[in-house]
Amino acid sequence: MRKAIHLTLVLILIAVARTGAAQLQIEIVDGNPSALPIAVVPFEWLEAGPPPADTVDTIIAGDLYRSGLFDPMDVADMPEQPSAQENIRFGTWRLLKVDYIVIGKVRTAADGLGHEIIYQLFDVHKQEELLSRITTVGPGDLRFGAHRVADAIYEKLTGVPGAFSTRIAYVTATGIGNGIRYELVVADADGFGPQSIVGSPEPLLSPAWSHDGRKLAYVSFEQGNSAIYVQDVATGARELISSGRGINGAPAFSPDDRKMALTLSRSGNPEIYLRDMATGRTEQLTNHWSIDTEAVFSPDGRFIYFTSDRGGRPQIYRVPVTGGNPERVTLEGEYNARASVSPDGRKIAVAQGRGNEYRIAVWDMETERFTVLTPGKLDESPSFAPNGSMILYATREGDRGVLSAVSADGNVRTRLILSEGDVREPAWSPVIR
Amino acid sequence: MKSAWRLTLALIIAVALAACKSTPEPTAGPEQQPVEQKPVVETQAAPDPRDYTDSRNFDNPESLLSKRVIYFDFDKSTVRPEFRGIVAAHAAYAASSGSARMTLEGHADERGTREYNLGLGERRGNAVSGLMSAQGARGDQLSVVSYGEERPTCRVSTEDCWAMNRRVEIVYTAK
Repeated sequence: MRKAIHLTLVLILIAVARTGAAQLQIEIVDGNPSALPIAVVPFEWLEAGPPPADTVDTIIAGDLYRSGLFDPMDVADMPEQPSAQENIRFGTWRLLKVDYIVIGKVRTAADGLGHEIIYQLFDVHKQEELLSRITTVGPGDLRFGAHRVADAIYEKLTGVPGAFSTRIAYVTATGIGNGIRYELVVADADGFGPQSIVGSPEPLLSPAWSHDGRKLAYVSFEQGNSAIYVQDVATGARELISSGRGINGAPAFSPDDRKMALTLSRSGNPEIYLRDMATGRTEQLTNHWSIDTEAVFSPDGRFIYFTSDRGGRPQIYRVPVTGGNPERVTLEGEYNARASVSPDGRKIAVAQGRGNEYRIAVWDMETERFTVLTPGKLDESPSFAPNGSMILYATREGDRGVLSAVSADGNVRTRLILSEGDVREPAWSPVIR
Repeated sequence: MKSAWRLTLALIIAVALAACKSTPEPTAGPEQQPVEQKPVVETQAAPDPRDYTDSRNFDNPESLLSKRVIYFDFDKSTVRPEFRGIVAAHAAYAASSGSARMTLEGHADERGTREYNLGLGERRGNAVSGLMSAQGARGDQLSVVSYGEERPTCRVSTEDCWAMNRRVEIVYTAK
């Protein structure tokens, strides 16, 4: 991979889809020229039976590569494949301009069922051990374990927790005309293992994760009008939350998952409401003749950010969850909508419209400035990764919808492509502990 | 489902129309002595297109009642002057037929965010609903549903296509 640091690189993930949902392919569109050279040496397999087709080290290297911050060395270029510290010849790796090296082993866990990934991370120049850990996972969770290892390496070297062991939700639309089918899909953050959690011949949109990572709220038109459902991702059990007259849209969970912000137009026009998830009681938060929608909570749970065209065109506003007068947040641009708040609460990503071009832009609340991150033309639905490093969004290529991710600094861009049909409405899960 | 219904309905109408068209040919024979028969045929076949209380005008291309789509400007919900006549025609029909019920389906083009566009589609539906109410339709005859940008009639990212998608469709659930 080292040699192949061009602006357009293709990395196809070979994987088997578990259910009907089609596999996503992830490729890097814009790489980072200052990516850190790292060697993830093939891990020694100590379990009975053959290793899986996607080895632990391949998954780790793939995660680090797609972050755009690392440039993993091709296994074929490695002069040796040590799995113990005493066998690493640091001088050789230094000559090959490798800054960091990861070695490890995989063995059966003490319970005889799960897996233990034993690994070490070294600084090649200082010949210093930076990390030495054992990650234990249950049977069937070896991929998850590999993502956890990548998370730890990423955190050690960048200072930011990794988000590789998280998941993404998105909506696919396949077929045309009366044969169109919508599915809400959940997959690993690397696109692996997509599972359709609900399918419908009518539109599905606006998936939003609960902060415990167990549930998804979404909007479905299956009854003819918009309705909000909450579904348990693991069991498939679902609950109808709202299906009143008018719009039932834009659900968002509060950080403690006790409340949900939603858009209802039962009063005659869309307003933001807050629903208590335990009692089902709903109170109105905004009251204006304009369109108020796309509410999200601030990470501390004290504020709601939402889209409103009360000033003439859509802009982001903020209101305390306890109510009060909304204040305008985005002060530049003719169209700013669908806020996603960064995990530290300092930035908001929006879909920014200018003429016929829509791009993902990030508003810095301290400097009160926008940074435009994507090239357009129809970019929407930004969703921050739980570590704030990347923003997942929907865009169009020709007449089809695809997902892309861009690093928060705009330097790295990856593309997630479905083999057929449209992909849209991405939502990045919280960190699953 | 709904669109499947509409398709079926359209097919039935098309078959019915085809049947009507073919009838003049067998009766072409008696055309040599048509004097008494002609007026009878004409009053049945051609209602006054401006009589919006006459349900036959729903299928009369000469009548505004046969038109059921209102188009809008980008990010706007004002009914343009050229579409006011269509709205007025359906309002007049609703006022004359107490059993008439219609759903005003509001739509937006793909630009902008999906949830905001749901709001925009509803606002367009409400604009048509408001005009109809002002012209004699009762509130319980009208319901508004917004599909936002989810049901485009045209899927190309061009101004012409977007213009086709920014619309309110008048769908009768009872006449």
